[in-house]
Formats: sequence, C-alpha cells, structure tokens
Amino acid sequence: MKPARSVLIAGLIFLYLPLLVVLIYSFNASRLVTVWTGFSTTWYGELFADRQILAAAGNSLIVAVLSASLATVIGTSAGLAFARFGSFRGRALLTGAMAAPLVLPEVIAGISLLLLFVALEQTFDWMPGRGLTTLVIAHASFTMSYVAVIVQARLSGTDRDLEEAAADLGAKPFTVFRAITLPMLRPALVSGWLLAFILSLDDLVISSFVAGPQSTTLPMVVFSSIRLGVSPKINALATILIVITLAALAAAAWIGLSRQKRRALQP
Amino acid sequence: MAPVLRIDAVTKRFGAVVAVDDVSIDIGANECVALLGASGCGKTTLLRIMAGLEQPDSGRVFIGDDDVTAAPPYARPVNMMFQSYALFPHMTVHENVAFGLKQDGIKGAELTVRADEALKAVELGDLGARKPHQLSGGQRQRVALARCIAKRPRVLLLDEPMAALDKHLRERTQLELLALRKRLGISFVVVTHDQGEAMAMADRVAVMENGRILQLAPPRDLYERPANIQVARFFGDINVWNGVARSDGAVEIAHLGITVAVDGKHVPGESVAVALRPERIAVAPVGGPGLRGRIEDLVYLGSGTTYFVRTPLGGVVRVLAPNTGTPFAHGESVTLTWPAAALMVLAP
Repeated sequence: MKPARSVLIAGLIFLYLPLLVVLIYSFNASRLVTVWTGFSTTWYGELFADRQILAAAGNSLIVAVLSASLATVIGTSAGLAFARFGSFRGRALLTGAMAAPLVLPEVIAGISLLLLFVALEQTFDWMPGRGLTTLVIAHASFTMSYVAVIVQARLSGTDRDLEEAAADLGAKPFTVFRAITLPMLRPALVSGWLLAFILSLDDLVISSFVAGPQSTTLPMVVFSSIRLGVSPKINALATILIVITLAALAAAAWIGLSRQKRRALQP
Repeated sequence: MAPVLRIDAVTKRFGAVVAVDDVSIDIGANECVALLGASGCGKTTLLRIMAGLEQPDSGRVFIGDDDVTAAPPYARPVNMMFQSYALFPHMTVHENVAFGLKQDGIKGAELTVRADEALKAVELGDLGARKPHQLSGGQRQRVALARCIAKRPRVLLLDEPMAALDKHLRERTQLELLALRKRLGISFVVVTHDQGEAMAMADRVAVMENGRILQLAPPRDLYERPANIQVARFFGDINVWNGVARSDGAVEIAHLGITVAVDGKHVPGESVAVALRPERIAVAPVGGPGLRGRIEDLVYLGSGTTYFVRTPLGGVVRVLAPNTGTPFAHGESVTLTWPAAALMVLAP
C-alpha cells in the first residue's frame, strides 16, 4: 500500500471510529454501554417513548429551521453588500463584525447574549424567562456569518455581466435581483441554509446560556443526561443525529457538485 | 441629419487613471461606428457610458434630443451585446430573448411572436428550447444578438463581438451583422481591437489611445490620410521619414538624400514627417529617375514580396511589390519610384 493511502486511512479512522462505535453500541442489548451482549433495537424503542427527549428534539428542529431561515436572509444581505456595493462607509467595520462570530469563543458569545436578554427583560420586560425566540436570535447571530461567507464567495466568483445585461435589457434593480441574482445564488442559499441548520441543531454552549426552562434543546438533554451516567438511549439518539447530519451534508455537497458539473459544460 | 447618439465632451476617471478624456462623438442614423484601439485605451469604458453602465465624471450623453447622462441603463433605448454574451444560464434561449421584451410590458402572444421573430432573424428559430450551455460559441453569440435586436433599440452597442469566435466564423459573422443592420435600420457602435474588423464593418472608425480619439474618419481616409503617426502605424506598415521644409515649400529628407514636394504650407526650417505606404512604391531595375538602392532583405508573402531597400546614404525603405514580374534578388540594385500623391504629411 502506498504511504499516502495508509495516512488517509489512518486519518479516516481517527475521525470516524468514535462515530462507528456509537453506531454499533446503539444496537447493543445490554444496559451497560461498554459490554456487548447482542443485537437489539430496544433502545430506539425507549428513546421514542421518552417524552423529555422528544420535546427537546422538537424544540431543536423548530429553532434550527427558524434560525437557519433568519440567518440566510441576514447573511445573504451582508454577502450581497460585501460583493456588490463596492466601497462604502463602514465597510471594514462591517467585515470585521460579520467575521467575529466565526472566531469568537462560544462561551463569550453565550454570556454576552445572556446579559443582553436579561437587560432587555429588566428594561422592557421583553421575553421574560427567555425561550425559543431568544434561542432563534442567538443561533442566527452566529450562523449568519457562515451564510454571508458562502454568499459572498459565490457572488465574487461570478462577474457582473449578467446583472448588467439584465439592467441593459430594461430590468429595474429589484427585477434584476429577483430574476437574475437570486437564481444565480440559489446553490449558495441552499448550502448556507443547510450549514446554519446543522450548526444550530448541535449547538450546546450558546443554547445553554440563552435557553429558558421550557425550551431545552436536544444537545442540552444529551449533555445533562450523560452527567447522570450514559444510557444506551443516548447512543441511539446520537446515531439518529449522525444520520440526519450526514444526510444534510450530503445534500449540500450534491447541490454543489451538480452546479460544478453544469458549469463545466460551459467553457 | 440629427445624430441618434451624441457624446459631448465626456470624461471618466477611475482613481488616478483617465479612462475617457474629453471625448465627443456623434453616431448618425443607420451608421456603424467602430471604436478601435489597444486594450486599456478607453473604448470599452466609452461604450459602457453610452449604455449607462458607467456614469461620466463630466460631459453629456444625448440619445436623439434627450439628455440621458443621468439615466440608468434600463431607461435607455440602446442595447449592448457583451463580450461574454452574458446569457442567463438558468433560462432557455427563448426566455433569454423574451426577458428584455417582458421588461417593456409586452405579454402573451405578442411576446412569443416578437421573440420568435428575433430568433428567426439570427437563424436560430428552432433552438428556442435549449439552454445556453447546450449551444456552440457561434450560436451563443447569435442568441445575445437576438436578445438585443428583439428590443428594437435605436443604437446597438457591440463589445468585441467577434472576440470569442474562430477566424473562419468571424468573417462570415461580420457580413451577416452588416446585412442585419441594413435590414433593421439601426445604428451600431462596435468596440474592437482588430483594425481589419473595424475597416470591414464601420462607416467611420474612431482610433483611440489613452482615452482620447486620435482620429475619427471613414476607413479609407484613415489609411490614406492618417492624422498622425500613431494612426498611420495602426493601419499596417508604413515608411515614416523625418524631413525639413525648404524655402520653396518642398521637404528635404536628409537620410535618403531626396527632396519631395508635399501638400500644405510649411515654414522653412520646420521639421515635417512624411509617410509613404510600402505598396505605393514601385520597384524597377536600375535605370531612369528615382531613388536608388540595393535590396538588403526580402520576405516572400505569397501575394507579394516585402523588400527592404538600403539607399546609398544608409536609409532603409520598405517596399511591398506584387509577385507579378520577375522577382528581385538579394543584393540587386533597384530604382524606387512613387506617385507624388502617395506622400502623406503627418502631424508630429
């Protein structure tokens, strides 16, 4: 075997062996997580009987869908501004502000958001006790940066001829955006939304700060239940989450690929 | 006749670079004007100013009698064919052509008819359902053209229309564009860096350099009466001789040891540049009046031969002779003659 190939395989094992272990043990019959006694789907059954986990899963999905949608709208606007508005007042500041959530420690983001929400509650009595709304806002505030990066990259990769041609043919600015820019952006919007969805779905740190007592998300439930000892139920849950995540990533990759293929046909 | 499009003293800067420098030009009805120059001479910027895609820093743009200097591109009755063609990749050919018509509020049956008409005019009537990436380069160019003419613009702006086509297709497309223009009766402004293309297509050619128009004239005048050395050199090979005007008005060219009579009045002692096209010079065996010299070098070109003739005083004259008579050989002594009318006086 070539050395490059064995390095690749070692890397893949390093990355995916833990996931494989979780997947295998989710079908373990034993109550003890580390002892294999036989194949069983009991834990999946128990998982779907657990009301707390199901409620948390529901919360997570709602927050992920809403925050991803919000992040896509805001992030796309920011990406458009960066790629199309040339130089404007405060551009450098906005660039830094949009990039900050990508590098800011999550704990800091969580604390600052919590302080903000508490202040809002004390001053305006807005969102007392916090809940899904604060979660959606908090998640969108960092996932929008990823969307902005993706949209900006897509736009700077295409020249402005198409938009200019549309304007030359009589289309007013909004029509140009709707009929030309938006369709051109569609792959970036879809992959940006999927990425924001996944980031929101598995966020634990920021969620722990800004969630209210009635709005526990799935990662929070998993984390707190592990502290009381690992139940094989969690393995089953983890397996389901892995499958969902992989499916979303595969969808994003497939969209990107088919776009590239279409592009390859055009010289 | 009033011009269809008028550029009046337009200047455009990009930072410290003056892309278009105080340019004025009129485009007449049914006229084809070429903007010719090397890349970076400002020709494309001037075209984009006409389309409204760039705003001039000073000067005015008129279409007919209307001042459109501040009008956005979508409000101007001109259309531009982009060098990249800029076809919308997510629309079919028919949708591409119909896009501009829809913006004018044309709907239903008329929309289909007008789009079909435009596609038929460029002989693409049966490819309406295709997507741009399923077309050849030549077909894409036609779609871009159809998309413009469907709008029946008063002026069609073409940015390097042949740049992406191979040589064989280029010549045919030139002729087809000219025929189409005659049929539609619209004015063309063509940006090109190819002087052959400019001469073949345009009624008048504007030769541009550093954002300025060096000369705006019909192709024949540019070739036979260039205003200055840059324009003369742009259109093929040329002999340029620097001489000094004498008191009788003739010009003495010291390095060739000749004196030539030229048009125009010159102050005695003034230095004058005289130019002569290589093909206007006749080569003959030694004997008779004319400039004597020896053939130092020759290049066989098929239809003709280029001779480099060294004169006794050391100057070299370039001559292009048709390959009809007996060819001259290396080192052979010859006599060069030319009609007086072939001499051109160039501005310094």
